Amino acid sequence: MTGLLIIALVTLVPAAVAMALRNVIHSALLLILSWAGIAAFYFWAGAEFLAFSQVLVYVGAISMVVLFAVLLTRHTRTDGGVAPDTLGRALAGLLIGGAVLGVLFGAVLSTPLPIGSKPAAAVTVHGLGVELMERHTIALLVVGVLLTVALLGAVVLAASDSRSGPEDAR
Amino acid sequence: MNAMPGIFAAATGADSLLERWPILFRDTVAGFFPAPLQWLVGSLISILAIVAIFGGVFAALTLLERKMLGRVQNRPGPNRTGPFGLLQPIADGIKMLTKEDIVPRSADHLLHFLAPVALLAFSILTFAVIPFGRNLVPLELDAAVLYFFAAGAATELAIFMAGWASRNKFSLLAAMRALAQLISYELPLLLSFVPIIMLAGTLSMTGIIDQQAGWNFGFIPKWYIFTPWGFAAFAIFLVAALAESNRSPFDLPEAESELIAGHLTEYSGFKYALFFMAEYFGMIALSGMAITLFLGGWRAPLPFLEFIPSYLWFGAKLLGLLLLFIWIRGTFPRLRMDQLTRLAWKFLVPLALFNLGTAAFWSLTSGWSGPLQLARWGVAIALVVVPFVLLGRGLSRGVAPRTYRFA
Amino acid sequence: MLGSGLLQGLKVTAKNIAGSFHDPERLVTVEYPEQKTKLPENYRNFPFLVSENATDPMGTLRCVACQICEKECPPQCIYIEKSKDKKPDAAGKMQVYPAVFDIDTSVCMSCQICVEVCPFEAIKMDQVFEIATTDRFNALLLDRNQLAKPNSYYHQIHPTEAAEVDGRLLAERKAAEEKAKAAAAAAAAKAAAAAAAPKPVATPTATAGAPGAVAATVSVAKPATPPAAAPVSATPPAAAPAASPAQNAPASDGKAAP
Repeated sequence: MTGLLIIALVTLVPAAVAMALRNVIHSALLLILSWAGIAAFYFWAGAEFLAFSQVLVYVGAISMVVLFAVLLTRHTRTDGGVAPDTLGRALAGLLIGGAVLGVLFGAVLSTPLPIGSKPAAAVTVHGLGVELMERHTIALLVVGVLLTVALLGAVVLAASDSRSGPEDAR
Repeated sequence: MNAMPGIFAAATGADSLLERWPILFRDTVAGFFPAPLQWLVGSLISILAIVAIFGGVFAALTLLERKMLGRVQNRPGPNRTGPFGLLQPIADGIKMLTKEDIVPRSADHLLHFLAPVALLAFSILTFAVIPFGRNLVPLELDAAVLYFFAAGAATELAIFMAGWASRNKFSLLAAMRALAQLISYELPLLLSFVPIIMLAGTLSMTGIIDQQAGWNFGFIPKWYIFTPWGFAAFAIFLVAALAESNRSPFDLPEAESELIAGHLTEYSGFKYALFFMAEYFGMIALSGMAITLFLGGWRAPLPFLEFIPSYLWFGAKLLGLLLLFIWIRGTFPRLRMDQLTRLAWKFLVPLALFNLGTAAFWSLTSGWSGPLQLARWGVAIALVVVPFVLLGRGLSRGVAPRTYRFA
Repeated sequence: MLGSGLLQGLKVTAKNIAGSFHDPERLVTVEYPEQKTKLPENYRNFPFLVSENATDPMGTLRCVACQICEKECPPQCIYIEKSKDKKPDAAGKMQVYPAVFDIDTSVCMSCQICVEVCPFEAIKMDQVFEIATTDRFNALLLDRNQLAKPNSYYHQIHPTEAAEVDGRLLAERKAAEEKAKAAAAAAAAKAAAAAAAPKPVATPTATAGAPGAVAATVSVAKPATPPAAAPVSATPPAAAPAASPAQNAPASDGKAAP
């Protein structure tokens, strides 16, 4: 139980601090720490594969995209946080935040979670694979095709620069 | 004296003393401690062994690299410190430890301090799942391959931290280059070993090595590198691993001539040494991964050589790969940034995707035998070579031996 | 095909790696403190004093303390004090020798002018380059003991030039001897004539006449160094010495011209 508390602290505190900080890079790095905390939670819960995937995808790749985006945006040190100067803006923020919170809570509360002391059977990678391939084949295929098409599209977009002269090439 | 022939006779077995002594040693030492602490002591011994051995390998590697780069350039290399310069790493270490640690005044002090620590930590984490010998797997994980790449992916984050925290334009450029490089090469790296997982049917390192046991015709090991798709995957893996570990010719983030060592510009003394160490640890870990995935892990190449302990075979393969890396470093000039990303997106990624198809074909035709076996090999080789030639032609289209108009 | 260039490059470096082990000729590094390259013969740095004999350098210095080099030295780094007494030189003539001969190498610019002007072949250019010292005042001021180096050393560092100098000195000595002989013969003839005459006089011996003859030829046979003086003082004493300066004159003139 203490483990879970520590993980929760590692996940939530950086997330909260990230919102309060003025420095965008610090916020991004704290966000990454928070994602790592979520991975730790998966690991604690016995979902090894999911934990590693979380680290690989979020800490390894998505963090890069976030940082790249931050670096490429114009920002100066004097930039303050955006103050909720108008009532409407503050209201809109509260409304959207509240809606997201409501949806999440609704989802959590409406899920019939088994309550009991019986430990869940450890899910091996093999079991996960079988589960994905047998019960969720269609979904997996659709997602796979979608991602592959997206990847190929990116490659095609990158490859179709027609202005590559002999000086420019390689 | 009587024990010696016994050892050698039993040495061929999987549970011989030569194979088991590290485990025996660990268990004996752990046995001196009360039962609740034994797992902790056992783990600590494993950690200490890894850090000590690979720390030593790192020290030797710095010397080996400098010696070999010297030979590439027809120089003798460092030979002043001790016989043949063997004490050079010690001299380097003392120098690094006694140098002043300078932090720029406007740097982000916390991140500037954390970056080398995080980098080294992530690099050492990758050692946890590599099977160094028959019984020497520090951590047996079901998803070990995924763990390895998850831990390895975080290193580039540390480089970004170092570059950004230094508050130096060269360092920041290095950080951006590191990010771009990681985004570009993570994909071919991951795609290159997907065929292995497809064929082996497991993400566990031990399982993958077990799949590569045995010999074809009694002398060709069943290592994945000796299949058409395996060879292609190994080549892609090698290129992507070089890029991931920021080694030459992909050392753009720390290009000395353009970025005055990039993210290392504002580091000195021990922190600099940590970066250096992490780079070499990353190289060693990726070599270990390549050995496990493609070169049969700790397995001997020929049946009659099995009496040599498995960890020595691992060491020999590791040395071979490291020498290859050094050789490559001594040969190729650094790529330009656009060439780097072009190579990844227009060549390696499509090649890796084609290779996935080849592996699928190989997996589907595993039942073929006799003349069909020849057809299987022919088709697989064609599936590897044809895309390579076509993509290579596309990559080097419009490129002739360069003529210098203004020279 | 893509990659063939890479393989070619790898081949080249592999050849270097393997080749440097079995073929030591490939390793061009000279490991300096232990190994040294042979310096080119014309390399020159800092003057030294030539002595005829390695066992007694102070006794056989060619220098006669004429102080021409001291006067000619552009940075004024030479300091000479003449001796009060005289010692016989290599040819046996009594000569003044330098009681003090100092060169301040912190000032010396290795211009070689002292060598050009020396009429006695007594100062030559050395080949030293490891001249770092721990004391920048006294250790860089070399006295005559440090400056004196035997003629054999000169042969070792500048063989061609040393052979030429030795040949010239030998020729001069020979010429001096011949002149002395001629003078002796003339004296003998005069004596004979005198003997034939009714009143014979005690003749000066040949040895007494020789030193003066040697001194004369030495200053004469070096016509090149003070070029203007050469034709004036070039008295034709014999055939051999006349040939020798003619042979050496162009080279020396060329050096002394600027």
